Amino acid sequence: MKRTQLRKVKDRFFTWLMRFFLVTAAALLGLILLGIAWRGVGALSWEMVSQSPQGGFYLGKGGGILNAIVGSLYLALGATTLASLIAIPVVLYMHVYARGGRLANNVRLTLDIMWGIPSIVYGAFGFSLMIFLGLRASLLAGIIALALVVLPILARTFDEIVSMAPRHLRETALALGTTRLEFLGVLLRQTAPGLLTAILLAFGRGIGDAASVLFTAGYTDNMPESLLRPVASLPLAVFFQLSTPFPEVQARAYASALVLTILVLAISLLAHFSMTRLGRHVIR
Amino acid sequence: MDLTRDTHLFKPAVKRIAWGSRVQRWRRVKDSCARMSSGTAVLIVCLLVGVIAATLVIRSWPILSAYPLDELLTGQTWQPLHGRFGFAPFIAGSIAVTLVAMMLAVIPAVFSGIYLAEYTSSRARAALKPLIDLLVGIPSVVYGLWGILFIIPLVRDVIGPWSDRTLGQVFPFFARTNPSGYGLLSAGFVLAVMVFPLIVAVTEEVLRSAPREMRETLLALGATRWETTQCIVRRAGLPGILAAIVLGFSRAFGETLAIMMLIGNVPQMPTSLFDAAYSLPALIANNYGEIMSVPLYESALMGAALALLAVVLLFNILARLVIVRLTQAQAR
Repeated sequence: MKRTQLRKVKDRFFTWLMRFFLVTAAALLGLILLGIAWRGVGALSWEMVSQSPQGGFYLGKGGGILNAIVGSLYLALGATTLASLIAIPVVLYMHVYARGGRLANNVRLTLDIMWGIPSIVYGAFGFSLMIFLGLRASLLAGIIALALVVLPILARTFDEIVSMAPRHLRETALALGTTRLEFLGVLLRQTAPGLLTAILLAFGRGIGDAASVLFTAGYTDNMPESLLRPVASLPLAVFFQLSTPFPEVQARAYASALVLTILVLAISLLAHFSMTRLGRHVIR
Repeated sequence: MDLTRDTHLFKPAVKRIAWGSRVQRWRRVKDSCARMSSGTAVLIVCLLVGVIAATLVIRSWPILSAYPLDELLTGQTWQPLHGRFGFAPFIAGSIAVTLVAMMLAVIPAVFSGIYLAEYTSSRARAALKPLIDLLVGIPSVVYGLWGILFIIPLVRDVIGPWSDRTLGQVFPFFARTNPSGYGLLSAGFVLAVMVFPLIVAVTEEVLRSAPREMRETLLALGATRWETTQCIVRRAGLPGILAAIVLGFSRAFGETLAIMMLIGNVPQMPTSLFDAAYSLPALIANNYGEIMSVPLYESALMGAALALLAVVLLFNILARLVIVRLTQAQAR
């Protein structure tokens, strides 16, 4: 009898322990978001998000971080586009031409491993590539390095979504006499909302990544104007403003971080929304 | 009409049967074009890791050939201007901060992963999954900023003095060597929060692929839920959980910006939890601006990137192979 009770107590203890850990983690997440919001809202103003830095911005004078916001959007947009050009054919090849084979599994493994490579390594590689091609720190170089970072994220997310497509789709399509390419079109139509989710997730990750663009995109106080000129990015704006000794400028770093967090969270929510709500042509 | 003699009359028809009509031929051509172009993309992806590794080896070759490897790995002085490139403080700093993070993150994360896999309904899991994705998606600079705002003061004013008064008197490992708060513990704590969702996600995925019959059998035999969980983790989940931890380790090892903001950036061998240190990624990121002026400097930084890549690749390949084996055994 006593032993049974002990077992029950143990069971309950560990259940509550696990719940405790989970709740603590959730509370920490809340704390991060609230903390950033609390410190950021005070310094956030219309001027911050609608102007480029003016002279003496890093000494506490006027201006904003519009250059970094636009720069980050350009970088992430370019990188996601470049990455989709490679990732979408790769995933479709895995599911249409090489389904269930060893090749598909090996590509999947490669993508998982690429996902694990730190973005600073991609940055260093991008930097070498840049020197090799004779480029200087520029939007283009930043896009290339960032594309490498988001490529595995985009490809693996899309891959997961394509593998959830119903099996009979393939059999039905091929039995009607379609070529593989025509079946690919059917599959793409079926998974289009998921593809959007994957692209948005990659986009959000691209906006937040700093280590890869540190060497390759450089930094500038001007608005981005050419593919071959340096470009500012939001994470680096936070970082540089924070490293100044002036409290007013540091407050701006909190505001920039808030803008960055809101952007990333909004994209994340949008990604979730596109997965669950879109899909007029999806067979369920 | 002699059919055998006038075969040329039938040639177009024979050809049409073999190739199909013009429309069908066009469809096939399009199909093989698509196959080849998407195959090229697959080839690019497969070669990419190799190309990155090869590039880093080539770029770091000058320093690898100028100094013996053991001198680079164990040398403790970092003075590029005087031609001294000792990576030991950075390697030690990276390992130390990662270990601190893992010490703080592993147990809560594994338990949370187990809870998600074994105790929650699929609907609750569907609600929690996006939350974990959200946590992963928060940029590392935001984590770093949060660390500066909240963790640094906490370590500086509360944890540091307390630890120094109690444990620090006996163990030098807990002595407060550095009053600023920037150091291994602060960086490690924030890093722990950053790798937490990754470990949770992988643990959950691996445990969920354990056979369901096992669960049902154990419960039917009268085991409590915790006993069932214990047994499943021990019999089926352990390699996967280890893989999750290794993945978390390699993610933490390569994290750049958040650590750079919190670790203090002092190239020394850390001896205490509160010591400032320096990590390999921070070394690369902090010095990119100066690399043009000093000989071998760029090569040394590329060498640091190569070391980082080697460690991360090794850990990732091992962990992924384990995970693939586990989840595929279940799928079959």
